[in-house]
Amino acid sequence: MIGLPHFLMLAGVLFSIAVAGIFLNRKNVIVLLMCIELMLLAVNFNFIAFSRWLGDIHGQVFVFFILTVAAAESAIGLAILVVLFREKKSINVENLDTMRG
Amino acid sequence: MLTTILFYVFATVLVGSAIGVVLARNPVHAALFLVLAFFESAALWLMLEAEFLGIVLVLVYVGAVMVLFLFVIMMLDINLQQMRSGLTRYAPLGGLVAAVMVGEIFYVVWMRHLGINLALEAPPMSVPGSNTHALGALLYTDYMLPFQLAAVVLLIAIVAAIALTMRRRPGHKMQDVSAQVAVRREDRLRIVKVDSEKYQ
Repeated sequence: MIGLPHFLMLAGVLFSIAVAGIFLNRKNVIVLLMCIELMLLAVNFNFIAFSRWLGDIHGQVFVFFILTVAAAESAIGLAILVVLFREKKSINVENLDTMRG
Repeated sequence: MLTTILFYVFATVLVGSAIGVVLARNPVHAALFLVLAFFESAALWLMLEAEFLGIVLVLVYVGAVMVLFLFVIMMLDINLQQMRSGLTRYAPLGGLVAAVMVGEIFYVVWMRHLGINLALEAPPMSVPGSNTHALGALLYTDYMLPFQLAAVVLLIAIVAAIALTMRRRPGHKMQDVSAQVAVRREDRLRIVKVDSEKYQ
């Protein structure tokens, strides 16, 4: 049978893959944004699994709000990306060192 | 038994497509792998009886956000050759961090049991009616203020995205409303005295 630990492990594996993706992709800001989306998806998995096993629907409301904020975040992130590409003709992470971070 | 098989099928495809997002050479392929990952997640959420959120994930994410991603990817002209050159340099570090995180989550979830009852069978949901009905009843009563705030966040996102990407070209013809409002009669109107002519 499939229990709560299975879903938590799946979410954990998904989150770890996304973190590894942020480490790996030093060339492309779009893939970084996609990895952030994957991380939020993994977090939502945890919320929904706990909501199911604790019998409490408030977790699903929280997932609803996370989805909303994630959609807004990706819209603004892509807008910044378009402006960045217009300025620099590149979305390479290594070229984005204007602030010396 | 059937749910077990379904869970493992969906979970395998989900993890595989997540790895595809990370390792895909072409950003378009990465976006399509992410679409697949969202679909598998929606299926798993349906298995967890979160029907509304499963459908919302497909509609909002696959239908809107991923289309936006693909649109931006295809609009930007990305040099694919130099895109992947730094991959192997950071692979050991990224793999190490991911392995440590998976190990820790495994330890917490399977060894420590989190202090909650890990009965394999999920208890039936106590809410009456459909999932959408229960969620809506909660959203429009207890969560009214956060719901309105979420709407404001979306509005700010719209305004910010438009304000960021709007550009003014030099030869662009635009309406200047303040100049139109501030105009006076003397600027536009000229009264000319004309002598009346006699009929001859």
